[in-house]
Amino acid sequence: MHPDELNALQRGGADDPEDLETLGSDAFRVLGHRNRKPEGMRKGTGREIYTDDLALPGMLHAKLLRSPHPHARIVSLDAQHTTQMPGVHEVITGADMPTPYGIIPWTRDEHALALDRVRYIGDALACVAAIDEDTASAAIESIDVEYDILPFYLEPEQALTDEAAAVPIHDPKRAGRNGNITKKVELEFGPVDDLMKASDVIVEGDYYFHGTTHAPIEPHCAIGNVDADGLLTVWSSTQVPHYLQRELARVLELDVARVRVVQPAVGGAFGGKSEPFDLEFCVALLALRTGRPVKLLYTREELFYSHRGRHPMNMWYRVGASRDGKLRAVDARSLLDGGAYASFGLVTTYYSGQLLTAPYELESYRFDSTRVYTNKPPCGPKRGHGSVQPRFAFEVSLDKVAAELEMDPIELRRRNFMGTGRTVNEFRVQSNGFLECLDAVERASEWKSKHGKLPYGRGVGVAGSCYISGTNYPIYPNEMPQAAVQVQIERSGRVSVLHGASEIGQGSDATMAAIAAEELGVPLGYVRVLSADTDLVPVDLGAYSSRETLMVGNACVHACRQVADRVRESVAGALRIPADRVRLAGGWAFDTDAPSDGDRRLPIAAAFQLAEAQHGTLGALGHYNTPKDGVHGEYRGGTIGASPAYSFTAHVAEVEVDSETGFVEVKTIWVAHDCGRALNPMLVEGQMEGSAYMGFAEAIMEQQIMKRGDPEAGLHDAPSLLDYRIPTSLDCPEFVALIVEAADPEGPYGAKEAGEGPLHPSLPAIANAIWDAVGVRMDSLPFTPDRVWRALRGHEAHGSGN
Amino acid sequence: MREIIRLTVNGDAVETGVPTHYTLLETLRYILGLTGSKQGCDKGDCGACTVLLNGEAVLSCLMPVQEAASGSVVTVEGLAAGPRPSALQEAFDLTGAAQCGFCTPGILCSATQLLAEDPDPDRAEIASALSGNLCRCTGYTKIFEAVELAAEATRSGLAPADVLVARRGVDDQA
Ligand code: FES
Ligand code: FES
Repeated sequence: MHPDELNALQRGGADDPEDLETLGSDAFRVLGHRNRKPEGMRKGTGREIYTDDLALPGMLHAKLLRSPHPHARIVSLDAQHTTQMPGVHEVITGADMPTPYGIIPWTRDEHALALDRVRYIGDALACVAAIDEDTASAAIESIDVEYDILPFYLEPEQALTDEAAAVPIHDPKRAGRNGNITKKVELEFGPVDDLMKASDVIVEGDYYFHGTTHAPIEPHCAIGNVDADGLLTVWSSTQVPHYLQRELARVLELDVARVRVVQPAVGGAFGGKSEPFDLEFCVALLALRTGRPVKLLYTREELFYSHRGRHPMNMWYRVGASRDGKLRAVDARSLLDGGAYASFGLVTTYYSGQLLTAPYELESYRFDSTRVYTNKPPCGPKRGHGSVQPRFAFEVSLDKVAAELEMDPIELRRRNFMGTGRTVNEFRVQSNGFLECLDAVERASEWKSKHGKLPYGRGVGVAGSCYISGTNYPIYPNEMPQAAVQVQIERSGRVSVLHGASEIGQGSDATMAAIAAEELGVPLGYVRVLSADTDLVPVDLGAYSSRETLMVGNACVHACRQVADRVRESVAGALRIPADRVRLAGGWAFDTDAPSDGDRRLPIAAAFQLAEAQHGTLGALGHYNTPKDGVHGEYRGGTIGASPAYSFTAHVAEVEVDSETGFVEVKTIWVAHDCGRALNPMLVEGQMEGSAYMGFAEAIMEQQIMKRGDPEAGLHDAPSLLDYRIPTSLDCPEFVALIVEAADPEGPYGAKEAGEGPLHPSLPAIANAIWDAVGVRMDSLPFTPDRVWRALRGHEAHGSGN
Repeated sequence: MREIIRLTVNGDAVETGVPTHYTLLETLRYILGLTGSKQGCDKGDCGACTVLLNGEAVLSCLMPVQEAASGSVVTVEGLAAGPRPSALQEAFDLTGAAQCGFCTPGILCSATQLLAEDPDPDRAEIASALSGNLCRCTGYTKIFEAVELAAEATRSGLAPADVLVARRGVDDQA
């Protein structure tokens, strides 16, 4: 291969110096462009390494024994003959790891392996390491367990009864309470009852969200290994290496400084890999016990049981508005079906109310949310944590208010636009591009010529939403920075960015590379990124609640600017000009007053060398911590849901409903999202399309169902990708991504999140479009043909109306 | 129990001992170290394990390795011509069609077969050719764009990046 060709393939080299002339002195060279991702070609050539692609010499394979009962006491567990089986190296049970864990420090209610009780079908209680997977699978079958069957509760309402409280799924924290309640939150802002009474229109309804799972295409996998120095390393398909490292050390009673977590490439996560799982503890302990590397890969079926997906929710909403469409009072009650363990449930319970207070101005608001344990796979955070369900109920309610007032639903939303400032629950909003989002979807969808005007069976619907760009408070209380980045410069011009963010497909590595290239003036091909290895990179809290671009991005800017300042100073000295006239861009350091003057510019590597000679080795650590003062209310729970910056989204969905079959075909979803600033529009669009897709899927086809009735009660109805239907390329509507940029002062270059917000409006926008198409309200998800058909028949029988 | 299997993989004739119950996917990943082909379900539902057998996309997780023995297997690792990525691989990178990338190897194989048979497929044809490959990240939008870009590049004899440059030129004039 010719060297030029090789260079082009490597995408290195400085820009043509002539190009610099065309450069306005503050225009971005890298950011804002559709750059390739640093790992893009590895992914396209099969060279990217995911956890299950790793094999270590002498590696053993592990399998978990899972409970066949939804609720039972473990009377005895006998694995004596199992340990004697040929090829079996070790068997561990709950007693080997008695320290409870849980991602939220206040609700540690899980054990790596069930200790004395199993709480759902699929709860793991033993783990075997053997010479290969087949041997391990056979070995777990040979373990003898005697169970004492307990009453089980599959419905949250059932778990709330006195009868259930007598044999609760978890012991109550305080005597006299029902142990089946994980969390209850009641908050009220403003005089809801008075303003409800004073409202001209009141819309009331019951809504139901059905529960869905993440279904990443990569199953969870972990490998444990203890090296010659006794250091434990766990490779895992996690999205929270830092929390995993802490929990491993706590549960295994190890020094956290001697536990290393490495996150290889992750094949999708969506919140489903954002807390420690049984498999990670098990491979770690089995590696410690056997002295051999141990791998555990979930089967696809196991993913449906390990779950942590979106909570089923029963919701009741009452919304009052004045004649001109202004929202006066919102009153909400939700019952969250949490499954067998707490997971993130404490946060979910707050989020189910706290995240609903923008982009609209609410004069008064009350919510009352209760999360209940049931004997089903635990629920947790899924993309749009806690707020997708209430957003559905609320945005459908708004559509009903608009219908009552005979007002265009987009107009109704405009009238209630909050702008910037304080939400009713006192969150500080500093940027808000929601109106532009509404304008964009209205225009692109040709809303005005469609809404209420399409022939029967065809319709359009609108919905809006708001989401957080990370949370102001970390999961465990501490004052340290939430994110940090280390930047190192080598004499060739090569820049290394070491950061803790978890690349899970969303593009955090690409984002950090682009920021470094922009700030340091090197071509993108000069930047190497190393991420998510707790031994080698500074701490980051992980890829959850859409925090990476804002937090790690800010830390990256902070690190790079320290280095860039030194380089500029040295170049300025050499050129005898003030430092603020030196710009680093496109592979050069040059005088902004004379970019084309060959005597007043240096190749960037030469500039780095100059600075290194003057200042010593070039590198810096940058960090970011969230604002805490005056950005949220001081009431109990006021910090939960508070974010440095909020993103906004509007969708219009167009549907065609077959009134004979009840089949809903979603034709197009227009997604407008205010991401603050698109650091890479290609990646932002990808997040918007992927989010809208996932919301569409939850609206139309997906449902996590546990069987009812003996003898299969509590068993997953369809634990495969064939039966738990996720959309194929033939099922999807067209997704049209429209980027809106309302820069936020807290974000790097104004950037906010884009990975979760754009999911929310899909569900209500589709529901509202069905109403526009055929005049029925779909208040229960999902909108499968049988449900829509039944709603249509009921509608015919009872006449029209809400 | 192992048996000796002879296979042609990415142009190389290989001979290796394989447990008799192994699938083609297990052989590729665990015996030959070709981990590019992914296992998402191990039962024929997701398409992450798709490889080409005699030019046809097959699910390697369902295929006993013996069945592949007579034919020629191409995996994602074999799609590039030496160090040069194929037009599809290049197009996937340029359009951001791989987010987590776990579905990508299988989708590239399915798309390779499609473009070999039809150099100018429309969107419906692309969607139908990829309908056995689940992607959980993208909503398929950028995957469709990537396949269209690769097809256009191949037809016009240009590199995919140059097609984008040419398109931008047209945009600028408009
Ligand atoms: S792994 Fe073969 S189809 Fe899923
Ligand atoms: S890119 Fe993640 S599954 Fe397709």
